Amino acid sequence: MDAITADDMLMFINAATTSTAQREFHGGAEDQRLSLDFLHDYVIGNYRDLYAAALALDINDHNAALMVRKLLETTGEATEEQRRVEGALIARRLRVMPPQRVYDLFRALRRARVNNRRTRAIIREWVAARPDPAFDAVKYRTGLKLALRHAHVAPDGELGPFLFTGGHRRYHTPLLETWRRAHYEQASVYELPYTVAEGFAARHRIDRATFLRRIEPRMTRLERLRVQQSARRDKADVAVDLGSMPLTRLASYVLSLPLPERVDRRGELTGALRAAAVRAAGRVAGGWGRVAAVLDDSFSAFGSAQKRRRPLAVALACHYLLAELATEYVPLWTSGRTDALLAYPYGMTPLGDRVLDALEHAPDRLLIVSDGWDNAPYGLASEVLRVWRARLDPDRRVVAVHLNPVYDAVDFDVRRLTPAVPTVGVRDAEDVPALVGFARFTEGRTGSAALRAHFDDRVARFLEEG
Amino acid sequence: MTVELDLTGLTTRAAQVWGGVRLVPVTRDEPITGLRLHARAYGDEPGVVEVGPRTHYTSYIPHGFVATWFDDDTAVAAYGTQLKRDGAGDGRPARGLRLRSHRRVARRVERNRLRFLPLHVAVEGYLALHFGGPEVVWDEWSRRAIRRGLSPRVEEAYLGARVQGLADALKHFEIHPGQCGVLVYVADALASAFVVPHPDDYRALHTTLLQDMYGELVHHYATLATPSPRFDVRLADDVESVADLRAAAARERAEWARFHDTTMAAGLLGETYAMSRVYRAGDYTLSRFLPTFRLKQENHIGELITDREGRTAYLKTFRLSEAQVRRGHLLTTLAAHDWHLATTATALGVTEHQLGLRLAGAGFGALLREDVLARYRAQGDPRRGTKD
Repeated sequence: MDAITADDMLMFINAATTSTAQREFHGGAEDQRLSLDFLHDYVIGNYRDLYAAALALDINDHNAALMVRKLLETTGEATEEQRRVEGALIARRLRVMPPQRVYDLFRALRRARVNNRRTRAIIREWVAARPDPAFDAVKYRTGLKLALRHAHVAPDGELGPFLFTGGHRRYHTPLLETWRRAHYEQASVYELPYTVAEGFAARHRIDRATFLRRIEPRMTRLERLRVQQSARRDKADVAVDLGSMPLTRLASYVLSLPLPERVDRRGELTGALRAAAVRAAGRVAGGWGRVAAVLDDSFSAFGSAQKRRRPLAVALACHYLLAELATEYVPLWTSGRTDALLAYPYGMTPLGDRVLDALEHAPDRLLIVSDGWDNAPYGLASEVLRVWRARLDPDRRVVAVHLNPVYDAVDFDVRRLTPAVPTVGVRDAEDVPALVGFARFTEGRTGSAALRAHFDDRVARFLEEG
Repeated sequence: MTVELDLTGLTTRAAQVWGGVRLVPVTRDEPITGLRLHARAYGDEPGVVEVGPRTHYTSYIPHGFVATWFDDDTAVAAYGTQLKRDGAGDGRPARGLRLRSHRRVARRVERNRLRFLPLHVAVEGYLALHFGGPEVVWDEWSRRAIRRGLSPRVEEAYLGARVQGLADALKHFEIHPGQCGVLVYVADALASAFVVPHPDDYRALHTTLLQDMYGELVHHYATLATPSPRFDVRLADDVESVADLRAAAARERAEWARFHDTTMAAGLLGETYAMSRVYRAGDYTLSRFLPTFRLKQENHIGELITDREGRTAYLKTFRLSEAQVRRGHLLTTLAAHDWHLATTATALGVTEHQLGLRLAGAGFGALLREDVLARYRAQGDPRRGTKD
């Protein structure tokens, strides 16, 4: 693997980590989609092995699904050996992806008329491995039906009649029977999964507050989170267990709350964020020495209507995570505010000034979490980092990494501040320890052999874990 | 009264670029709390402004500003006797196009609230320039010119939303904390300056820039513009410590502010203007200003609120197009020579018939007596066909 390959791969991984083809602050959804599509085609055409291997990395589900689709669409171009490895990677990745996304992927394959033997085998195996077929049949009814039809699979037992023949026969499988009864009996509605029950509730004209109160035990964690605010309007209380939520998701939740509520629940929220950060830090906790972080809470951290406050949520999650990783921690928000819990997107991005502030603390590690738009003035952060690296820290004693949560459709990569400091795309703050380790590749100072080894190692571990 | 614009207490900050639009934020060292501005949207009806007896100024008015001030001395001049509710056209059944009538371009709505239409004060000033036509009756002027003056006059302007790229630029612009104003450059030509008293006002009024009027020139530039360069910071390599680095950054920043104020905004800030007072309210004076109409150069008209010391509390400017500058120049030169064609022609370095044709070319042909104009036409113009 030569230097160009390494560059292309890093660019691709940055994109696959950050972009979800949704609108960002500085770019439209269509640009994102086109740019991402081009990048996928380019990488699969030139580096098929590495493209498949990326499934083992911390890329987001949107890109993982897209990769699986592209791999299956171009089965004919793969060698026997490649097919074997790809098959294992795809099967493993599909198992960790949320089922609704997998069903969407199968639907996309059907639309694209991809129906080769390998595709059918993959769908068959995935469906066979589902823990509760009756649950899938009720909750993802259409998805499962289309997948089975596409893969030419006849389901076992009562699923066949349930999915394909309809009619009002009785079922022996309890969940299927509940589903049948829910058509005319209100009590059965509350024994179905939330999303299915919602449809029946509308049909039976069940009052929203009553429905929410009684369906609450059947809700998943995310469903609780999603309906909590609207439930409050309906005077129904949906309890959210903050204790088990992953760090970045929790940060997003905190940022969705109005400021007065954050003040009122300060103890609870801070406690949950800290606990999540401790879990995310794991054994690395306290191992990073003195850390200074420049965190972007400028107006562009708002993200977009689709990715609401996502960049800011990543920064906030990083803030709590770094506090656990460091022995001594200095957070520097671009707005100059100091209360992280009350962060909101505001003002311009004086990254240069904050980097100077950070350097004054003479840290062991400098982390910058920002979308890379350094506009007050343009390029000051870049120049400060360049001169600092060249003149004040030529031996690279300080580990400096720029973490960027936003994909830039025009450059096919996340926006870089300067070549002097490595930039990596970040989706979840939980990945930061791994990303900081990964960042050394993007500097171009480590050989591409090391990158290859890193890939192989990740693939081996990924397949082992499954 | 000729004065220069006074921007003491205001600091130029780093510009933000989006496509062909460059926005230069201006912050105030100390916000003015005695005067506040609020936006008032008027909707889509055209506005008719009564500027004098039987004189109307008709325009599409997307929004207006309401200035509120606090004064302890109640001795405000009895100017606002027409305390009628705003928008007298309301309540009537709409028949055809609804007209919204505004009593004056600047009008007191309550004891310490003044409503004025942004830029229309200034444009009215520009339009009213020698509105009455010639003051001295020479033979050449037509009866119509003597009786009715220049009326009616029409000027074209574009809504900010029609200026390509401006909406995107304003949306992506990150507002500086403490920001009290902005200078808008399109293709690096100064399109408009906007300064308000307080950062909160600016935050609220930021998007009204889209509803403002922009000259034809700005519209053309925006359509044809290529992306403006970003002027990235360059720091020298000779630093020994982080403190040196910080000093270098501060120098760079000051250098940009100096460059901006003395070079980029020179066409606005370095010139003198003829001020005329429109309204006096407590400590604050609303005036409009006209440039000296230098040909083939930047010329801005605008309106201004100053405090007792003459410091700028509110400023809004409009860049005139070349044709507008030429018209202004012709009128001021004529007025300076008592509307006498021969002496004016000598002053402009042209022959009398050339001046006559030029007047006709500028759209003032109706002011001259037809037979005079015919005579000029008959004499011909060596540069016939090249209108100027």
